[in-house]
Amino acid sequence: MSKNEAPKIYGLMAEFNTPGDLLRAAEKVRAEGYNRWDVFTPFPIHGMDKLMGLKNSLVGWVALAGGAFMFLNIAGLIWFANAFDYPLMVGGKPMFSAPMTFVPSYIMLIMGGALGALIGMLGINQLPRLHHPLLAKKRFALASRDKFIMVIGAEDEKFCATETKQLLESLGGANVDIVEEIA
Amino acid sequence: MSDAVTNLEELKKLAPPVELQRAPVIEGNKGLGWLTDKLSVFAEGKTPLWWWILFLPAAFSATVIFPVCLFYQVFTGVGVWGNNHPVMWGLDIVNFIWWVGVAHAGTLISALLFLTKQHWRTTIGRMAEAMTVFSVMMAGLYPAIHVGRAWFDWFMFPIPNSNGLWPQFKSPLMWDVFAVNTYLVVSSLFWFMGMIPDFGVFRDRATTRVRKAIFSILAMGWTGSARQWHHYEKAYVVLCGLCTLLVFTVSSIVGLDFCTSQIAGWHATIFPLYFVIGAVFCGFGMMMVLLVPLRKWCGLENVITLSHMDKVAKLALVAGLVIDYIYAMEFFIAWYSGDTYERWVFGHRLFGHTYLYLGWTLIGINVCVTQLLWFKKIRSSMKALFIIGLLINIGMWCERFVIVVGSLYQEFLPANWGKYMPTIWDIGLYIGTLGAFFMLYLLFVKFLPVIAIQEVKGVMPEGDPHHPLGGAKKGGQS
Repeated sequence: MSKNEAPKIYGLMAEFNTPGDLLRAAEKVRAEGYNRWDVFTPFPIHGMDKLMGLKNSLVGWVALAGGAFMFLNIAGLIWFANAFDYPLMVGGKPMFSAPMTFVPSYIMLIMGGALGALIGMLGINQLPRLHHPLLAKKRFALASRDKFIMVIGAEDEKFCATETKQLLESLGGANVDIVEEIA
Repeated sequence: MSDAVTNLEELKKLAPPVELQRAPVIEGNKGLGWLTDKLSVFAEGKTPLWWWILFLPAAFSATVIFPVCLFYQVFTGVGVWGNNHPVMWGLDIVNFIWWVGVAHAGTLISALLFLTKQHWRTTIGRMAEAMTVFSVMMAGLYPAIHVGRAWFDWFMFPIPNSNGLWPQFKSPLMWDVFAVNTYLVVSSLFWFMGMIPDFGVFRDRATTRVRKAIFSILAMGWTGSARQWHHYEKAYVVLCGLCTLLVFTVSSIVGLDFCTSQIAGWHATIFPLYFVIGAVFCGFGMMMVLLVPLRKWCGLENVITLSHMDKVAKLALVAGLVIDYIYAMEFFIAWYSGDTYERWVFGHRLFGHTYLYLGWTLIGINVCVTQLLWFKKIRSSMKALFIIGLLINIGMWCERFVIVVGSLYQEFLPANWGKYMPTIWDIGLYIGTLGAFFMLYLLFVKFLPVIAIQEVKGVMPEGDPHHPLGGAKKGGQS
């Protein structure tokens, strides 16, 4: 398949029927030395993240940061509001103390953590995005149904439209197809 | 596919005996494609008649009765309700606690059962989350209008203002503001995040331009790449952990509103736990009321199987037994404390006047009817579960009423005694919130993915790369 004046290539996609097939194909692709590839599946496949060498997700840290930020802010706000800016004596209790501060701060920690988790997840995944070269492919819609799709990116150093295609086909990938970059 | 079937036969020989096998999550499974169709076809198909029959009265109640009662109260004042000295907390607070309670079981099912890796929860988790989100909306409304001058609600938030005033953070009532708002935000986020991959499924299946556009926006460019899933799963676990904390926090804080006061019948350390368990119990009742008809009418009987309903019923039974224990403890402590007022209040819950019917209803339902769930025959009869679910909701509503009004109407001084009867506006508002809840729920059932498609696929045999159906034995082990 020669591609001279055609649009830039994003990568090659191949379909697999089961997560097991995909996992084995991924092992081979990795062994061949490719490192710009990804798999697209209807649900997370266990063992894939280890195989792809994905490190522990940063989302947990973003959530922790969000939670800690909220906790400290609300605790500080309570001190500022009830002990500093407008000291309020209620039932002879201290102006500022742990029992009164902890509950609202802890509740807002949950809020901050949850916002951090969602925003962190979207941010790290670079979502929302309006379009993706793969979404233009008709058969890619099956990746949310019952097909397991592997894409080897054209950015990969080892990428070669013909050799990579042969590799994917030899691994049992069906409907190996070129994905064009969007202009 | 043919390979997979032969492997399945081989697998059957190795499998443990029938009585030791776990019930499959989905019955009559025909593969991932079939499952995708099965789980999304209701939202894509023609709206059935039953949906309209339920939707129209709910929508009438939500768009006519609800705003009329709401605006009349806001423009006139809290006096239109039956609230008056000494019963200043009437149906508004009763319904607030009841709605918060309904919410809790949803979070428990979707978050706590996820952390404990209960695979059966994948089929009912989404419906439970939706129940949570909508009932927290209804709950949050009540305190906002109960204050009387709803246009001053912003006083409850720590906003710098020209009065130079701040909220008083030593009060659990203030903590409640934070708790309920956080619950609404976090459960909505959790619900929405769970749906992102399923919006992707709907986007990829869309046949019309409008559907495609709507679900493309909602899916936010989700492609389901391994990297996305990697971060998604982490975020999901974190959110589940945080939501589980909320299950135990929000109703505890509502309980603190009561137990920090001096009123006999409220001033007890058991209250936070009491409210949490009561909330979960009530929510399981609502879950049964929602699931029984929906699994039948949406054609999901193979997905939300009898085994799942059985488990929901068992959880309801457990919550019911804990509630029974707490009732016993409450009466025992009232007697054992030797406090005249405590004894008086608890005696009057069952042997007083005016509200003793409610007291006996709650004993009859929460203590007696719940015991029916011990029997497998009852747990496998959907009609029975529906009726028991409905009764649990009524029983818990009576319990909230007895706690709130039953303690207030005869407090320490006989000069402070009085009666409380809800007015038509109290009842109208309750009907309005019920209508709004069911309207939102029906809209959710019709238009959004009611079952977490990706989660169900993940727990199928096909989803496990090391299961024969997942393909590991097919020419593998190279």
